Amino acid sequence: MHPAFSVIFLTTLIGAGQGLFLALFTGQVYSLLDFIPAQDHQTFYGLGSFLALFLMAGGLIASFFHLGHPERAWRSMAMWRTSWLSREVIVLPIFMFFLALYGLIHYMQWTQPLFHLSASIPVDASLLVGFVATFVALVLFVCTGMIYACLKFLQEWHSPLTVLNFTLLGSASGFTLATVFAAYTAPDLLAFYLNWALILTVLAAVGRGASLLRNAKLRGRSTPQTAIGVRHTKVVQKSQGSMGGSFNTREFFHGKSELVVRNMRTLFLLLVFPLPIAFLLIGQANDSAVVLVAAFVLQYVGLIAERWFFFAEAKHPQNLYYQQIS
Amino acid sequence: MAQLALVIDLNVCVGCHACVTSCKEWNTAGAAGPMTDQSAYDKDPTGTFFNRVQTYEAGTFPNTETIHFPKSCLHCEDPPCVPVCPTGASYKRKEDGIVLVDYDKCIGCKYCSWACPYGAREFDEEQKVMKKCTLCVDRIYDLNKPEEERLPACVMSCPTSARLFGDVHDPESDVSIAIRERAGYQLMPEWSTHPANHYLPRRKTTMNIHQDELIRADNPLKKEGLLSDLPSDKQTLDETTSW
Repeated sequence: MHPAFSVIFLTTLIGAGQGLFLALFTGQVYSLLDFIPAQDHQTFYGLGSFLALFLMAGGLIASFFHLGHPERAWRSMAMWRTSWLSREVIVLPIFMFFLALYGLIHYMQWTQPLFHLSASIPVDASLLVGFVATFVALVLFVCTGMIYACLKFLQEWHSPLTVLNFTLLGSASGFTLATVFAAYTAPDLLAFYLNWALILTVLAAVGRGASLLRNAKLRGRSTPQTAIGVRHTKVVQKSQGSMGGSFNTREFFHGKSELVVRNMRTLFLLLVFPLPIAFLLIGQANDSAVVLVAAFVLQYVGLIAERWFFFAEAKHPQNLYYQQIS
Repeated sequence: MAQLALVIDLNVCVGCHACVTSCKEWNTAGAAGPMTDQSAYDKDPTGTFFNRVQTYEAGTFPNTETIHFPKSCLHCEDPPCVPVCPTGASYKRKEDGIVLVDYDKCIGCKYCSWACPYGAREFDEEQKVMKKCTLCVDRIYDLNKPEEERLPACVMSCPTSARLFGDVHDPESDVSIAIRERAGYQLMPEWSTHPANHYLPRRKTTMNIHQDELIRADNPLKKEGLLSDLPSDKQTLDETTSW
């Protein structure tokens, strides 16, 4: 498949945005249970939510560049019964709404307890909205992943690992960003977020590694023989019916050499997993926020490479019909 | 319910591209048009087509066979492109099974083309909507045309009659009989899309001659091959015997 940068930025930006929100809310729940110190509503939760919202908006804007008719984008909410893309289009703004509400409640400090759970845990509006937003964020991860995982003949994508990896990679980048954010706004939470970022990055490495291993063993179910229905051990295309290429040659081929694809894999395997882990640990040891920022930037750039490779490694069966210009 | 479809006979397709050009001509001027081209008379010409003829070769030289292979939307009975469309612009008509795109609803997200294993959908780079074969829906129901012309443009133009058109759900239609009696098959059956379009395989007319047909068991002289010429002054057996 041809990697489209609009989709690469959409999926990586909203992944990081969802992850950052999950990090903030995890922190709130932990502090509620007195595992970690409570943070300022305005500077930590409020601004943190707005940062996540900023990432989500960036992803949303990027997605419009993918459309031929962005002015009709509202129509894409119609087919939610059958289309995962439609579901994502619905869930994305719902998440942004609850995220904005969550940030606003914190920022405006509308956090007087509404009632108490087991007499000691105060429940305020932000907690309730946060729970809803967490659920919606996870649903959004599923929708985004299923857009790719539901296409059964794109065998590289047609796996639960696709959904898992979108969730883990998004969460890992979000928690790494939360670590950076905590370094500037809530230093006493740095270790908490850093440990979660490490755990999620390792889990994401396991998930992505598993899908790489799975995809390396895949054999295409479609062959030139099934494509045209001629039973012969050797069937080759001599002409694809056009000389200057077509939509089919532009949309479904990455157009880069095998070397570029392999290098991209090496690049993202370094940038997404070991380097951020090393930079996070170095940043913590040296108490250097700049090194932590570098960890997030490296991981995000790595995720762009990861998403590029995700598209490039998927071999569409229609390519069997577009092998040769003569 | 009816399911209109094409049946393409690979045995007689000569790869002349008449179906490609007549499809383009009809549809660029018709209700589905225009089908825009980019740099049509320049380097790397490209454009939108509903139908393409491709050429394949089976075997290794000198024992090769050339297969001309026209490919358009197969109007699958279980089309994977339709449920993924977020706007409902892609739909399959209940009354005749034609898969169509509503150009006024299409947002050009290209997701349906990802969901088609056959590469039958092409994005129009100028109109920014997805396009595909309509089975000439604006021809086949046009009551202003004489009945024999209510056929897809590609079928009308095929000089070898390699393209048949009809309802594959009617067991007595020409297309159903052709599929049934001439081993019609579907493309990429592994994805369970159940394409409505079928292809008829290439066939060779061969004669099997066995050894006992060459050496006749009932040869009265027990001798095969040409008889040697008798000298002209000798009598032949026919002239001496009344049998």
